[in-house]
Amino acid sequence: MSKGVAITGMGIISAIGNNVQENYESLIGEKMGIDKITQIETIHKDEIMVGEVKATNSELEQRLGLEANTYSRSPMLGIIAAQEAIRQAGITDINDYKTGLISSTTVGGMDKSEQYFFEYFKNKEHHHHIDGLHAGDSTQKIANYLGLEGSFMTTISTACSSAANAILLGARMIKSGRLDRAIVGGTDALSKFTINGFKTLMILSDTYNTPFDDNRKGLNLGEAGAFLVLESDKIVEKENRAVLAYVSGYGNANDAFHQTASSDNGDGAVMAMEKALKVAGLKPEHIDYVNAHGTATPNNDLSEGRAMIRIFGEGKVPQFSSTKAYTGHTLAVAGGVEAVYSVLALQNNRIYPNLNFKTPMSEFNLLPETESKEKVLEHVLSNSFGFGGNCSTLILSKEA
Amino acid sequence: MKKSVYINSVGSVSAQKTYDNSTFLDEIVPYEATELKVVDPDYKAYIPPAAARRMAKGIKMSTVSSQTALKEAGLENVDAIIVGTGLGCLDDSAKFVSDIINNDEQFLTPTRFIQSSHNTVAGQIALGLGCKGYNFTYVNSAVSFESSLLDAQLQIENSEANNILVGGVDELVDHHVQSHQLIGHFKNEPVTQKTLLSSNTEGSIMAEGSHFFVLSNEKQASTYAELKGVEIYNSLSLENLSSQVQSFLDHSDTELEAIDLVVMGNNGDSNFDGYYDSLNQGIFKYTPQAYFKHLSGEYDTATGFAFWLSSKIIKTQTVPDIVKLNSLEKPPKTVLIYNQYRGQNHSLVLLKKC
Amino acid sequence: MSELKQELKEKIIEQLNLEDIAIDEIADTDPLFGEGLGLDSIDALELIVMLDKDYGIKLADPKEGRKIFESIDTMAGYISEHRSR
Repeated sequence: MSKGVAITGMGIISAIGNNVQENYESLIGEKMGIDKITQIETIHKDEIMVGEVKATNSELEQRLGLEANTYSRSPMLGIIAAQEAIRQAGITDINDYKTGLISSTTVGGMDKSEQYFFEYFKNKEHHHHIDGLHAGDSTQKIANYLGLEGSFMTTISTACSSAANAILLGARMIKSGRLDRAIVGGTDALSKFTINGFKTLMILSDTYNTPFDDNRKGLNLGEAGAFLVLESDKIVEKENRAVLAYVSGYGNANDAFHQTASSDNGDGAVMAMEKALKVAGLKPEHIDYVNAHGTATPNNDLSEGRAMIRIFGEGKVPQFSSTKAYTGHTLAVAGGVEAVYSVLALQNNRIYPNLNFKTPMSEFNLLPETESKEKVLEHVLSNSFGFGGNCSTLILSKEA
Repeated sequence: MKKSVYINSVGSVSAQKTYDNSTFLDEIVPYEATELKVVDPDYKAYIPPAAARRMAKGIKMSTVSSQTALKEAGLENVDAIIVGTGLGCLDDSAKFVSDIINNDEQFLTPTRFIQSSHNTVAGQIALGLGCKGYNFTYVNSAVSFESSLLDAQLQIENSEANNILVGGVDELVDHHVQSHQLIGHFKNEPVTQKTLLSSNTEGSIMAEGSHFFVLSNEKQASTYAELKGVEIYNSLSLENLSSQVQSFLDHSDTELEAIDLVVMGNNGDSNFDGYYDSLNQGIFKYTPQAYFKHLSGEYDTATGFAFWLSSKIIKTQTVPDIVKLNSLEKPPKTVLIYNQYRGQNHSLVLLKKC
Repeated sequence: MSELKQELKEKIIEQLNLEDIAIDEIADTDPLFGEGLGLDSIDALELIVMLDKDYGIKLADPKEGRKIFESIDTMAGYISEHRSR
């Protein structure tokens, strides 16, 4: 049995593209997806910038053949991404092997719940959205769309590290033989709930987010759906699958420092990276590129930067960048979006620029990559950290 | 060689007086209602006032049940914390949404938003214990708790952890009850313990609760039972249900005849209790049967109550009369829990005396 | 001024759920954060909302709060100087 778990398909819809190819073109073309908000009516529309998927709900409904206003936005983004992943893997019958669906979300169907919260009691028109509030609903809708039956299905919500944890669980379940195939990732649509929530924490930037810059003002919220197909060696061999890359390492730890903030020294982040390296059987110097969490909040980038220095050593941090300047912070899905980007980096031997970076941070000597670069990559490390101290790291590798 | 998984302790806050581990359903709380609140322990005895001031009810309940479980297991810390919750600290989420609407997105405060994050219970427990280990939160409706169990089982079997704090928690919230009454998920007419299953109306009665357990790779004096198997199915048809249960038992090396008690998730919903009836009248016709939602009420992590109940039954070797569904009796050594919610999110959990 | 200080103490206790603390236990010069009353960064955000809602004072950067919320004295001083309601 190989050490890594094979990735045989991936799909994504984000602010910088409606599929994998479009996302990659935006990444190397340095095309940001951050703009003024258009799909949600909010009084904060002039003070914030967001990474919206460039499609209205009706366009998404049309694409999926749904009647108007039947689903909230999260399940639609999730279905689109999961379908693309399954298509790429070449799966024709989702139930032909022991398959599990592991999704993640922070808000699920909140976009509709907040819209009809009191209206439910006045008329029946939107009653079908009542049951769409709970986080598992979007996952069930994705499962139904994919035709998944009698299968393992769950949803993870560990704030901004959720999708990374979905990938971690999928890899563990395949390694242990509990599943032959896992469809893993997440989906989160923008909502007034998250916009106002992050506003109360005063960590939203009123302009383009600038990860790892000394003058960073906070994050831009984003939305996305992103899924990967993980398959066992048995399937890869039997079905002669083209393997895109391998999940070779994963680590999960808790910072246990504060309800929302990361510790100054990034203890949780250090532990997550250490665990991931150990699972992968790699040393820090084997990592060729780090796709950082890099949300552009004062707290995250300082904590993560210090954690990277602790893991790799002063002056030895590998080339790194945050892609949040492209997509915004897609919350639960961030780890999924960035896993897709990390696989693309491995496939194309490409490092993405950390857009909007101008001034190095005063606390340490760390310079993110600012230009799109070609480099032979074997191992990419991707970080995702969230509220509640949740820290997760994935290592994706070209070879098993 | 896969390691065995032991249930070394329990902690429970529910609609019954379960927070005291020295008792076992000695007194039953009567009701005639459409919803059930928990019997509140004296939270102040567990939580210092400075820590309690921002705590949502779900966190308070979970502080009590997790501390109870840790104490009984004789542990000060664990290797991992895994929590399931269908809706998280829903009361704060609902209030935050109301505030957004009523105040037109102005003057909102962060506390309600922070508590709304589904992982807030797991995060707060970790913060309280200073536990930097694996930390996970599952949020998949009626299998949120089972997802946590399965994850813990996987880690202990594969020697990734020795002691894991596993739990489930959900809050009872007015807006949720009222909105789901509109669509028949919860009953509009009050029921009692005795009439829940015979009500012959659609929906169930919403409740709340928090149940935590220490799962371990080592048996000790406090051990309740061994966890032999957990499985989750997103959907199952009535026709395939029996064969799926059979295949789960085969996989767990357990004969159908070896099951001494089945604990069923009947919740009095006339549209969906048929799943339980088909097993009770079918493959489990000659098996002692029990139910629990007439005591716990229905919530996404109500199976945490079933897991508590089954653990207690095995440890004490007594099946309280109040939970019996039929008159068959066998010494309860092997117990199977089956649950589903509205025809979806089915789960099977197998426990054995050890 | 002493009226405003009294009002602030009441509001802080209510807003931040400091059930176990009585108004006369908070001295005007006591530090509110850290060792004193033991408030933290989330409380600071709560107080920023209070400034906005009750006194019409908007802070754009949470760091500004640190100096303002040092004690009841500093808070009252800042509010009486900048309040618009």
